[in-house]
Amino acid sequence: MKITIDRDRCVGAGQCVRAADEVFDQDDLDGCVVLLVSRPSERLSAEVRDAERFCPSGAIEIHDA
Amino acid sequence: MTEPTTAPAVPKARSCPFLPPDDIAGVRSAAPVSRATFTSGDEAWLVTGYEQVRAVLRDPSFSVQVPHALHTQDGVVTQKPGRGSLLWQDEPDHTTDRKLLAKEFTVRRMQALRPNIQRIVDDHLDAIEAQGGPVDLVKTFANPVPSMVISDLFGVPVERRAEFQEIAEAMMRVDQDAAATEAAGMRLGGLLYQLVQERRANPGDDLISALITTEDPDGAVDDMFLMNAAGTLLIAAHDTTACMIGLGAALLLDRPDQLALLREDPELIGNAVEELLRYLTIGQFGGERVATQDVEIGGVRIGKGEQVVAHVLAADFDPAFVDEPERFDITRRPAPHLAFGFGPHQCIGQQLARIELQIVFSTLFRRFPTLRLAKPVEELRFRNDMVFYGVHELPVTW
Repeated sequence: MKITIDRDRCVGAGQCVRAADEVFDQDDLDGCVVLLVSRPSERLSAEVRDAERFCPSGAIEIHDA
Repeated sequence: MTEPTTAPAVPKARSCPFLPPDDIAGVRSAAPVSRATFTSGDEAWLVTGYEQVRAVLRDPSFSVQVPHALHTQDGVVTQKPGRGSLLWQDEPDHTTDRKLLAKEFTVRRMQALRPNIQRIVDDHLDAIEAQGGPVDLVKTFANPVPSMVISDLFGVPVERRAEFQEIAEAMMRVDQDAAATEAAGMRLGGLLYQLVQERRANPGDDLISALITTEDPDGAVDDMFLMNAAGTLLIAAHDTTACMIGLGAALLLDRPDQLALLREDPELIGNAVEELLRYLTIGQFGGERVATQDVEIGGVRIGKGEQVVAHVLAADFDPAFVDEPERFDITRRPAPHLAFGFGPHQCIGQQLARIELQIVFSTLFRRFPTLRLAKPVEELRFRNDMVFYGVHELPVTW
């Protein structure tokens, strides 16, 4: 699984950090999403799918390889 | 608008005070996007399906700047869009301004507030214990705790906190005319102007001071921005959290089996708060939008200029979203409920609200293991006429 993020869309709600804090973080300057791992291991895939579904602004996209 | 309407009235009557209006499930299963007549007398689109509500709230074809307020009697919109007001801004200004505020509400920053919130909760529970039962939990706990938390965050002087709370409540009433709401808004503006001037002269470690000193290349953060932002955040943080505390406590006390689960396993508090948020979804009238161009939602064409109500409460009880939605179950795996809304306007203070609610409910029931209602649920007065649903009072004893 590969993740891409769109910082322009992000509104800093923090949902991705709640869902998967090993994969996503928030920037201290604007609260926006920071991607820690772009190709997370299988172990994290359920959390990452949650993050995508919880994200209110559609800023997270998952590409299944 | 005065033209005759034929669409059925939006369901509002609840026979169980902890469940959505009786007829809303029927409306949703018949058509998740339908025509309805609202409190203002206007006919508009009523969206009740989970996926359809998400679609409306995320679609940039909809504006928050509605010409009529559908949920009030007179339909007058009192709020005016302006930089920093967020609730009344559309893209791209909304997201630009929200990013200036969002850094103050990150998961990390809110987690750091835990000790402070715990102290505020403990202080109030100490006072309640000293006073002895029965007490009104709304007046002694649900209202003052969120007010104290957000006032602390904002650096509101202690002597002015009661006034803030009173104005916040006055602004959220729907059983009054627009002039009364506007008058409350003017009073709030005056208080906030003073607060902003004080922080400019004498910056502290509060949120308003942080915004004043924020890096702002476009110069958007002027007095008006600060007043709009502070006003929106204060109002939003007071009433909502207070309603969730009062109503959540009432529901948990009414469901001893669920409360027992929480007592046996305090680690359930995170899930319990998510289920409380979903089950009670206190923004009971939903989010209002107007289409800025023709758009299709759930196979229904909504024309440019037509108004839409995204009924988040109905959506959170959609069986397409959760199994057995009417079963209150704090062991459910948290799902993306719409209690904080959805789309770019989703609640900016949600991580603060979650932490407050987690601390509030875990501490309340640990400190008072024999807490019980001092009045049967049937005799409680519920906030049927307010933007945010809740209980007017909650007499409890132990």
